[in-house]
Amino acid sequence: MIELKVNGKSHNLSADPDTPLLYVLRNDLQLNAAKFGCGLGQCGSCTVLVDGAPTLSCVTPIMLLEGRQITTVEGLGTPEDPGPMQRAFIEEQSAQCGYCIPGMMMRAQALLQRNPRATDAEIRAFLEPNLCRCGTHMRILRAVKRAASLMAGPGSTPSTQTPSAASTQIDASDADSDAQLDRRRPVHSEKRERPER
Amino acid sequence: MKTFVTRHLVIRLLWILGVLVVGFMVYAWRSSIPPIESPAADSFDTGSVQRGAQLAALGDCATCHTAPGGETFAGGRPVVTPFGTIYSTNITPDPGTGIGHWSQAAFQRAMREGVDREGDHLYPAFPYDHFTLVNDTDSAALYAFVMTRQPVQARTPENHLPFPLNMRLLVAGWKLLFFKKGPYEQDAEHDAEWNSGAYLANGIGHCGACHTPRNSFGAEIVAQHFGGGEAEGWHAYAINADSKSFETWNAEDLHMFLSKGWHDRHGDAHGPMAPVSQNLAAVPDADVKAIASYVASVMGKRDQPSGKSTASDTPSNDTGAAIYAVSCASCHDGTRPLPFGGVKLMLSTAVTGESATNLINVVLDGLHPPEGTAGAIMPGFSSTLTDGQLESLVAYVRSNLGAQPPWTGVETSVREARSRERD
Repeated sequence: MIELKVNGKSHNLSADPDTPLLYVLRNDLQLNAAKFGCGLGQCGSCTVLVDGAPTLSCVTPIMLLEGRQITTVEGLGTPEDPGPMQRAFIEEQSAQCGYCIPGMMMRAQALLQRNPRATDAEIRAFLEPNLCRCGTHMRILRAVKRAASLMAGPGSTPSTQTPSAASTQIDASDADSDAQLDRRRPVHSEKRERPER
Repeated sequence: MKTFVTRHLVIRLLWILGVLVVGFMVYAWRSSIPPIESPAADSFDTGSVQRGAQLAALGDCATCHTAPGGETFAGGRPVVTPFGTIYSTNITPDPGTGIGHWSQAAFQRAMREGVDREGDHLYPAFPYDHFTLVNDTDSAALYAFVMTRQPVQARTPENHLPFPLNMRLLVAGWKLLFFKKGPYEQDAEHDAEWNSGAYLANGIGHCGACHTPRNSFGAEIVAQHFGGGEAEGWHAYAINADSKSFETWNAEDLHMFLSKGWHDRHGDAHGPMAPVSQNLAAVPDADVKAIASYVASVMGKRDQPSGKSTASDTPSNDTGAAIYAVSCASCHDGTRPLPFGGVKLMLSTAVTGESATNLINVVLDGLHPPEGTAGAIMPGFSSTLTDGQLESLVAYVRSNLGAQPPWTGVETSVREARSRERD
């Protein structure tokens, strides 16, 4: 029996100690956000947090994780009440096929927890190990910037986010700028992206 | 009477001491070479600039003379030595903070004798003990190349060296003991390619600066040429007959490894060797072939692979085996060839070699090709493995895959690698 703490909850698992964390998350705990991409620790789509550090769950056996805090995208918020990182990715419409996005979110979460004011260059460098084959990199970068500003919003910190604080923050940030509303409509996106290239 | 004799003796000794000090000062003193107006870029011959660029790549000049994230050749990179931290200097032709006022004679003296334009002795962190072998033509080409770079204004930070090492005059004493002036002497017993390789490897290439062990004064131990040394928290493998590689290196394999940064039966260049192979990818093939031919001859021929199993019974190590199976085997025991797959660890000198340091460094930090370049990648495991788990993994890989007797002091090596990570 191995006890794993995932998104604040304890689970007693009968899986073999050398089972990769990704398999346990998806098969035993039905936490399907983390994806199986390459299975070699080279694409980043299986990234989760272990004690706040980005970790490739496909190459991490659960025997290494007893007593450690594991966080997946499911731990960042719910569909009804998404956390700042999730909201930012929705608002920027950053997913195309979406396969890499959970890994991108978790790696970005690790960065912003450590460095809430990460610069563009720091975000690029930190996300470098995660691959996206659709090419939505510019939107992913924008989403991470947006997540940083949502997290810095009034009365809100990334790890102690309460549902009420999160919803007030949506109202506050939406009122800030019309451009944000605009970005929710993917139709306009091509025109918007061109000047940045 | 007695006091008179004593006083007499003291005075004599003081005289001798005084003469010795004055003698040393005279020996150590170097004149300043007058400053010149920065030469115009078009005053240099294009061919010379081009050859200079290749020599600068062979000599890895940019690697040390560029601060992390800084402008190329503008210096400021801290070189941590057992004696203190020395900052690399600005070698762009900026008149105020670089070498814009240096004549070719001043440049050549720095390369040959380790003395700057003002006449101050340079610390041997600048490997003039190798560059002294660089011939006149090549020295002129290097000068032409650096003087035609973009001038960058960047003041070199002060070195952090304790007294008395902060007195540059003392370096003259070091030179007296350990420095042998060039030029390179042709070895008639070997062919032209070998000689060209020896000239490049021991001169501008300064391979021995990392691959030769150093004595307590920081000088290379000549008798153990290429016997393996330390570099920036990494072990530079022995590249002489003491090499612990599983497969014997030959000139062809070395040529591929040096110019591509990997070889399917040896593995990837990592740590401070990674930029070396990146630079060598940009120099004429004949130069890399010559170096490969020379180094292969120094390593010599081996009848038996030195990595062959000597341990009859390998200790059981369930923790190490389980970590290897999940975290390592998918790449290192897979079917994908290098550089996309990982090398079979029994072939890696990081596993069969004399020190656990490189294996620990790579497991903790992984492999990351520098920004904008292609290269082998590997994720690091520093955030998931505890020190104990890492030690189990290292022990498993060493005994069960490398078939070698256990390393001693792995615990200390792990602790040191962790402390470097935090820096």
